[in-house]
Amino acid sequence: MGLPEPLAQYRDHIRDLSLEQGLDFFETVFVLVDYKRMCEVASFEGFPKRYPHWRFGMEFERNYKLHGYGLAKIYELVVNNDPCYAYLLEGNSDMEQKMVMAHVYGHCDFFKNNYYFARTNRKMIDTTANHGVRIRRYMDQYGIDLVEQFVDSCLSIDNLIDPFAPAARPENRIDEPLAEEEHDPRERQTVPRLKVDKSYMENWINPPEYIAEQRKIKEEKQQGRVRFPEQPERDIMGFLMEHAPLERWQRHILGMLREEALYFTPQRQTKIMNEGWASYWHSKMMTSGLADAGEIVDFAETHSATMATAPGQTNPYKIGLELFRDIEERWDKGQFGEEWNACDDFRQRSNWNRHLGMGREKIFEVRKLHNDVTFIDEFLTPAMIERLDLYNYRFDPKRGQWIIDSRDPDKVRERLLFQLTNSGQPVVVVEDANYRNRGELLLAHRTDQTGLDKTYAKRTLQNVLALWQRPVHIRTVDHRGKTVVWSHDGENFGAEKS
Amino acid sequence: MPTESDILNIERDHWRFKEIVKGNIRDNLKEFISNGSILGRRGKDKVSINIPQIDTPRFRYGKKNSGGVGQGEGEPGDSLGGEPGEGEGGGKAGQAPGEHELEVDIKIHELAEILGEELQLPRIEPKGRKNIASTKERYNSIRSTGPHSLRHFKRTYREALRRQVTVGNYNPDNPIVVPIRDDMRFRSWKEEKQPETNAVIIYMMDVSGSMGDEQKEIVRIESFWIDTWLRSQYEGLETRYIIHDAVAREVDRETFFHTRESGGTMISSAYKLASDIISNEYPASDWNIYPFHFSDGDNWSLDDTDVCMALLREHILPHSNIFCYGQVVSAYGSGQFIKDLREHFSKNDQVVLSEIPGRDAIMQSIKDFLGTGK
Repeated sequence: MGLPEPLAQYRDHIRDLSLEQGLDFFETVFVLVDYKRMCEVASFEGFPKRYPHWRFGMEFERNYKLHGYGLAKIYELVVNNDPCYAYLLEGNSDMEQKMVMAHVYGHCDFFKNNYYFARTNRKMIDTTANHGVRIRRYMDQYGIDLVEQFVDSCLSIDNLIDPFAPAARPENRIDEPLAEEEHDPRERQTVPRLKVDKSYMENWINPPEYIAEQRKIKEEKQQGRVRFPEQPERDIMGFLMEHAPLERWQRHILGMLREEALYFTPQRQTKIMNEGWASYWHSKMMTSGLADAGEIVDFAETHSATMATAPGQTNPYKIGLELFRDIEERWDKGQFGEEWNACDDFRQRSNWNRHLGMGREKIFEVRKLHNDVTFIDEFLTPAMIERLDLYNYRFDPKRGQWIIDSRDPDKVRERLLFQLTNSGQPVVVVEDANYRNRGELLLAHRTDQTGLDKTYAKRTLQNVLALWQRPVHIRTVDHRGKTVVWSHDGENFGAEKS
Repeated sequence: MPTESDILNIERDHWRFKEIVKGNIRDNLKEFISNGSILGRRGKDKVSINIPQIDTPRFRYGKKNSGGVGQGEGEPGDSLGGEPGEGEGGGKAGQAPGEHELEVDIKIHELAEILGEELQLPRIEPKGRKNIASTKERYNSIRSTGPHSLRHFKRTYREALRRQVTVGNYNPDNPIVVPIRDDMRFRSWKEEKQPETNAVIIYMMDVSGSMGDEQKEIVRIESFWIDTWLRSQYEGLETRYIIHDAVAREVDRETFFHTRESGGTMISSAYKLASDIISNEYPASDWNIYPFHFSDGDNWSLDDTDVCMALLREHILPHSNIFCYGQVVSAYGSGQFIKDLREHFSKNDQVVLSEIPGRDAIMQSIKDFLGTGK
C-alpha cells in the first residue's frame, strides 16, 4: 500500500534528509489511516493483530470517545520492528505530516541504535500475530471466559519481570505445545524432569534412578537444606512459568505475555530520551528548510503545543528535547570535564567556549548508551532544572490540595529519578517458594520505607494465587514503616501474625 | 497492517468491553469498573465526565509516596489548582490517588450535546411565542478593522509574522516582529436571531422519613442532568423547588438537596403548591412548563391519592408540556403511587413515569423523561 502524493514525495525527501543528518534506521513503512483505524492500532499498542482481550476494547472506547468530544488527537504512531511501521493520520495538513514523518525517523533511529532496544524482538508484528492465533485457538478449546480470566491474572504481574535482562532466556522458556498427550501437570510439578519430545522416550531420558535423585534433591529443599530459589528471583513471571503447577496452555500464555512485556520494557525505560530525540530531529529538520515559508508559523504553533506543560506533570517531549540541545551546546563549547566543574566564576562560565564542536557526536553517543535514569542522572544539571521550571509537589492534607513543595534541584532530581527507577513501580522478588515449609510463595518488596498500596496488593496477590495455587505472601512495610507480611490464602487477606 | 476491509479487529474487543461494563459477562470484574456511566462531578463551569475503566491490579506504591515532579510556574506552597495526573503529551506524574478513574473536563454546553447523543434525545419542539425573535450579539469572529480595545494580539502577531516571513524580512536570529496597520486584527461580533422561548422546571421531592440519603443523591444526580439538557434547549430556564412531607413548601436549591424531614407524606400538598405557582406566575401561553416529582411512592392515604389525581388532571396537566414522575426505591416505601398513576393516566402520553431502582438506572430514567421530545 503506497502513500499518495504528495506524501510519498515528502517521505522520500525526509528520508534523505535524515540519512544526511546521520540518522540510521530500519526501513520505515508509512501507512495512511483514518481516525477510527488510528484509534484501533493505538489501542492495540501498535500491533493490528493482537490477541483478543477486553482491555484493547477499553482503550479504543477511550481513544475514540476523547476524539469524538474533541479532547484528544493521536497524531502519529510508530512501531519498533524491522521494518518499522508508522501510521499517519488522514486529513492532517501537509505541514503536520512532514513534522510527523521527521519525528518518526527520529524514533526509528532510536529503536535501532539505543542499547536498551538492542535485544528487542524486531519481528514483533509477526510474533504478536502468532500470539493472537494461539490465544484464539485456546479460547476455542477451553472457552473465552476461562482463557480471558487467565490472561487477566497474568497481566496483573506483567510488570514483575527483570527489566535488565531483556530477552535473556525468553524463547527457551516458552514451551511450545506438543501434539502428544500431556503429562499430568501435578506429577511434572512434583519432580523436575528433562524435556521429552517423544513420549516413548520418557523412560530412557528420565530413568527411574534420575527421578529418584531429583526427588531426593526436592526433599532436601523441602527440609530447608536448600533454599529455593537460591537467589531471590526478580523475574517473577518467568519463575511462575517454570514452577507454578500450570496446565500447558496456561504456561504457554504466561510465556507469550512475558515476551510481550519484555518487548515493551525499553520503551518505558527511555520515554524521555526517545521523545526528546524524535522532537529534536523534527524540530531541526522543519526549521532548516523542510517546512516552507508559509508553513513555519503553523509549525511553531503545533510544535509549541507538544511542548506545553500542565501543573503537576512533566512533559517528556520538552525535557528530552531541551536536554539534548543543552548537551549539544555544552559539548560544542567544551562545558564539561574537570576544569568546567571546578570553575565557579559566573561570568567565566557564561562565556565559556572552547570551540570543540563535539556536540553532534556527543548526542549521538548519548542516544546510544543511556536510558532515562542514567540520562537524567548525568545530564539534568541544576541550571537545567531551573530552566525547565521543575518542582516537587505533594499533597497538603491541611488544605486538602496538591501544592508545590520545593524547587531545590537536589530534591527535584532525587524525586524524578525515583519516579523513573523501575518505571516508577515497586521492585518485587520471589524470596521463598517453600515458605513455612508448606510450598507457599513468599514475595518480597525491596523498599526504602515506601510501602505498597494495600488494596492493590490484595487484588494482585489474588491473581498470583490463581497462578501458584497455594497461599501467597508479600513482605513490605506498612504506613508506619514497619515490616509486615500480607498473606492471601484464597479466602482471607491480611497481615500475618509474627 | 490494516487491510481494505472495513471491519475493525478491535470491534470484538470493544463489544466485549462494553458487555463487561454492562455487567452481562465476566461478573467478577464488575466491582472494579470505575463509574460505568458518564455522570461525574460538577465544578464551577466545567464538569468531569467519566469514561468507564477497568483497571488491572498491579503492585504499586501506597499513598505515603504520593507526589511527584511537575513543570511550570509557581512558588513553593502554591496550589496546583487541581489533581496532578497524566495528561496528553504524556506526564509521568500519575501517582495521584483516584487516577484509575479517567476524568476529562468538559464545558457544560458540550456536555448537553454528549448527553443528547448518548441517549439519542430528540430536540424539543417548543411551544409559545415562536414568532418573536430576540437578537443577541456574540463576540465570535475576527475583522481587520475595529477599536484598539478589541485588538486580538495573537492573531495580529501571527499576521505580522506571516507577512514578514513571506516577504523575507524575518530574521530568525533576531526575531523582531513589527505589526503594521494591515496586520491588525480585532475581535468582532455577529448578531444571532433566536426565537424566544421560556421554560420552567418545577422540581418536587418527597423528603419524608422514608427517603434516605442514597435516594436523595439519585434525585440530585438526575435533576442535574435534566437541568443540563433543558438548559441546552431553552434560552431562559427557570427552576423552582418544592419539598414536601405532609405539608409542602418552596425552598431554594441548596435546601432542596439537603433537607431531611420525617413524618408522613401527603403528595397532594406539593401538587397543590405547584399548581398555584403555575397559575400565578407562568401563563401556559408563554411558558414551557416541566413539573418533575420524585418520591418513593408511599402516600398517606388513598383519599389523598385521589386528590392528587384530580389536581393533576384539572390543574397541572392542561398547562404543562409533560409531567414526569420518578420513583426511587427505598427500604420503607410501598411503591404504590406509581401504580395509581399508571392506572389513571396510562393512556395519557403527557404523563411520563419512571422507576429508578438505583444509580445505574439514572440514565435510562432520563431517557424515559426526555426521550419524548416534548
